[in-house]
Amino acid sequence: MQETPRVASLFLNVPDWQGHHAGQHVDVRLTADDGYQAQRSYSVASAPEDARLAITVERLEDGEVSPYLVGEVKVGDKVELRGPIGGYFVWNAETSSPLLLVAGGSGIVPLMAMLRHRSAAGSKVPARLLYSSRTADDIIYKEELDRIASSGDGVEIAHALTRAQPSGWKGYSRRIDRDMVREIAWPKQQSPMVFICGPTSFVESAAGLLVDLGYDPLQIKTERFGATGG
Amino acid sequence: MGFISRGFKGKRRDNVSSSRVPPGQHVVTDFPVLSAGPTPRVSVDQWTFSIVGEIDEPKRWTWREFRALPTETVTKDIHCVTKWSKLDTSWTGVSVDTLLEGVDTAADFATVFSDGGYTTNLALDDLTGNKAWVVYEYDGQPLHPEHGGPVRLLVPHLYFWKSAKWVRGITLQNEEQPGFWETNGYHIRGDPWRAQRYWRD
Repeated sequence: MQETPRVASLFLNVPDWQGHHAGQHVDVRLTADDGYQAQRSYSVASAPEDARLAITVERLEDGEVSPYLVGEVKVGDKVELRGPIGGYFVWNAETSSPLLLVAGGSGIVPLMAMLRHRSAAGSKVPARLLYSSRTADDIIYKEELDRIASSGDGVEIAHALTRAQPSGWKGYSRRIDRDMVREIAWPKQQSPMVFICGPTSFVESAAGLLVDLGYDPLQIKTERFGATGG
Repeated sequence: MGFISRGFKGKRRDNVSSSRVPPGQHVVTDFPVLSAGPTPRVSVDQWTFSIVGEIDEPKRWTWREFRALPTETVTKDIHCVTKWSKLDTSWTGVSVDTLLEGVDTAADFATVFSDGGYTTNLALDDLTGNKAWVVYEYDGQPLHPEHGGPVRLLVPHLYFWKSAKWVRGITLQNEEQPGFWETNGYHIRGDPWRAQRYWRD
């Protein structure tokens, strides 16, 4: 399913899937007919409660695996998977602290798994998402996020568009900065759990701004990706 | 063993000798950053390096004392468990052998600890024998905080999470104690040539 012009979600039926935690990733391995192999890691987008495993992949211009997954794979094809992997950047709906999610670009994917898990598990933990994209067309899961935000279920969502904004845009129109973080972040006294995912420079600045606000660095879990995700 | 992925051709990089790239890795030219939390702010004025644990007299260096030790510049290939490898990276620092000179210990294992609470475990054999360095320069420049500056460990023959960023010291131990990633699903040793990525590898 195409999410944006450059991003697609793949829904996979995995026999004997052992289950996963929101925030974990899987390794995908592709094999050419001469035996050549390439593998990359992708965050799981689906909630643990969902029937099928979903990954969401951004097509990288110079990529090796992502152009195949976004452009070539057809319904019915088999994909070799390994996982779930990672035990740190994970959130469980039994947690009672407020949740602060900060996403840059396709960094939304593991955070979406957390929001989906939150609603599937019936968690009432207050959650806020700050999501930075280049343009409105680049917002992944836009309709689903709009539904979540308007459902009155305790999730507040703020968008920032850094490159271009449609007319009448009501969100932020700049890169993440001190004022934005101050407006969105929970007071540190509420001891929120913070998950930040995005390109390295985005994560560095978002995490740095939260530390400046007095957040304990140990409360902040980060996942960074370079341009080499493949 | 995998099955054929219909229509997948891949981008073979013929210019790289496969003898230098471990299984499942691909070569990159940039330097990706992976860290579990915010980048700590470490000033060299406050920085010290310690060797503690199973050692008769714990050792400790200030930044100035550390910089007075003999240094080496080494060129190494590095391999991250997230599947990128970077070839011919150049580092300057102090060999762990130099730091352990004159240390008499019965320990077989070590936990390396860092600012920000990160730890990683290594067999002492993987830290000694001219295989590991405590480095403060990358490519002739002071190590950038994102990449572990002011000082990080370099253990290039193991996956790069063993090369702890923002390193502050080594605890010598008689028993192996899994570190941060090692308790979070990653392999206890992490040899890239054996693809020891995760717990069951």
